[in-house]
Amino acid sequence: MGLRITDEMELIKDFKILKRNLKKDFSGLKKIKVALMGDTATQFLTQALRASGFDREFDLQIWEADFNQIERQVFDPSSELYDFSPEIVIIYQSSHKLLSKYNKLPPGKYASLADTELDLIGNLCAQIDSRLHTKIVYYNYTEIDDSVYGNYSSKVEASFLFQLRKLNYKVMEFSISHPNFYLLDLSSMQNKYGKCTFFQTSIYINTEMVLSIDILPAIASLTTDLIGAMYGKFKKCIILDLDNTMWGGIIGDDGMDNIEIGSLGIGKAFTEFQYWLKKLKNRGIILAVCSKNTESIAREPFEKHPDMVLRLDDIAVFVANWENKVDNIHHIRNILNIGFDSMVFLDDNPFERNIVRESIPLLTIPELPEDPAEYLEYLYSQNLFETVSVSDLDAERTKQYQVEAQRAVVQQSFTSEADFLESLNMLSIVRPFDNFNIPRAAQLSQRSNQFNLRTVRYSEADIELLGKSEDSFTFSFTLEDKFGDNGLICIVILKSENNDTLFIDTWLMSCRVLKRGMEHFVLNCIADFGQGGGFKYLKGEYIPTLKNEMVKDHYSKLAFKARDGSWILNLSEYEIRPCFINKK
Amino acid sequence: MQKEEILRSVNNIFIDTLDNEEIILTYDTTADDVEDWDSLNHIQLVVAVEKKFKIRFTSQEILGWNNVGEMIDCILKKDI
Repeated sequence: MGLRITDEMELIKDFKILKRNLKKDFSGLKKIKVALMGDTATQFLTQALRASGFDREFDLQIWEADFNQIERQVFDPSSELYDFSPEIVIIYQSSHKLLSKYNKLPPGKYASLADTELDLIGNLCAQIDSRLHTKIVYYNYTEIDDSVYGNYSSKVEASFLFQLRKLNYKVMEFSISHPNFYLLDLSSMQNKYGKCTFFQTSIYINTEMVLSIDILPAIASLTTDLIGAMYGKFKKCIILDLDNTMWGGIIGDDGMDNIEIGSLGIGKAFTEFQYWLKKLKNRGIILAVCSKNTESIAREPFEKHPDMVLRLDDIAVFVANWENKVDNIHHIRNILNIGFDSMVFLDDNPFERNIVRESIPLLTIPELPEDPAEYLEYLYSQNLFETVSVSDLDAERTKQYQVEAQRAVVQQSFTSEADFLESLNMLSIVRPFDNFNIPRAAQLSQRSNQFNLRTVRYSEADIELLGKSEDSFTFSFTLEDKFGDNGLICIVILKSENNDTLFIDTWLMSCRVLKRGMEHFVLNCIADFGQGGGFKYLKGEYIPTLKNEMVKDHYSKLAFKARDGSWILNLSEYEIRPCFINKK
Repeated sequence: MQKEEILRSVNNIFIDTLDNEEIILTYDTTADDVEDWDSLNHIQLVVAVEKKFKIRFTSQEILGWNNVGEMIDCILKKDI
């Protein structure tokens, strides 16, 4: 048991070492304004957050409220909080202060603690929302058992533990109905590391700090994971080795009957690992296989082994050959058209991991433990799959990439690209944002890095606001063809600058549908809209990022004219551009 | 462990924690003598000392020392 805790602790960076980041050069990193408000002392947490942000290439500009000032800052319209105007507000109300409140209540009010606190949280958020356009990160409550009722507390609604758990449940419900309210699961983190690691009594009594120094880096890391996901840093794909990663043994040597999966040997470890991968796939993470094997042999367990959890239709791209893994991973990336920094490579072999790491430093390559029994616990601890949105369409993603592979094969049989495009019978549904497509539109806004002209990120809450604005016009585009439906793959947001000019605030597209003429179709649609509204000009802008070079010449290719750093299209001279996509 | 030895060890902890190679502690050194040894960093130093010697100070001890010597006497008292 003691050993286990030591193992876990080694996963946490030392606060002292983390703090050295504070002296490093933050210039060039993305600046994000963050307000931190706590009802306990948060100076160390502020340091840990800023230092942890550095590791994720963020320059977190943190304004820290004075100790125990949450309500004053939020309810006073002229407070420093509103003056600072943060992009993210972190609120940390501790369980210790919750317990103090409970202790002071008349016993008849004990049972209403959770509801009262939830009302307060609701009021705080409503106030913040009415004055700021911001995301709220709320730390949930770590468990304190005051042992007044023992195990019987679960039968006593008025017990502290009952109220604390009820509140944790209620804030989850609250977060479902409030798109810009994100919970940070401190409680689950305390379960993992233990209260002894989380909390040090002598420090609490002397300083009003409720977090131990040892746990700060882990909390900061979890928080910056979440912030990273808000700003488009998250994983979309796992590339998997097979032998001793997906099953025990070597399929080429041992044969299908002897690999360890299911009840054979330590097969249970691999079975549970595969169930985890399957859940991720169902959530929308793309699975790809990259294995040094003869392809037919590598495929056999997926087709025939009764205990395999993953089947071929769970795998978007299957690459098994004797080429080197670096080339194969490049090949997979080309088919999927996503950045290496959004991919994770899992391989049991440290040698392969090192070779790949050296050639593709942006790829995330976890140091899988030697014992496959530990794979899952280790991967849980890495929190690799943080996200700030999921949509029902995510689950379709694997299918779409498989279809894409088919499309690539058919394309080779056409001599002209136009013939090929025409043969696809492409149809697009064009609609403004509505309740059905907002989640996907928000997700696309957060995920698209390459075909994205200005890389303005919109959350669901932002998009709902746009819908209410009178000078914003939103468009979503789907694309289907004879092979299948890609779903919503493009969004455009137009804002009227004046009576003559429509500014293209957002134009982004999923890279799944490159080279189909979609940009011509989209321009036809928005030009038509602009003319209908009596506008004379469309104005575009390209803001370069590390990833969107692909669209550097987007507007010049579409015959926009450069003017004062922007791109202008005169609508009175617009000629409908040829394309093979029809409105559905 | 000898008092001298503990002083050297505590000195290294200060250097490491405050990230400052120049710190030289004596028994008489106080917080005013060391750059960055404020009430906040004091907590970090205390935790680092606790870890190094595998001891826990009580809440009263943490705020009771007037100089480094008293802190070291307190460590010695813990029977290490």
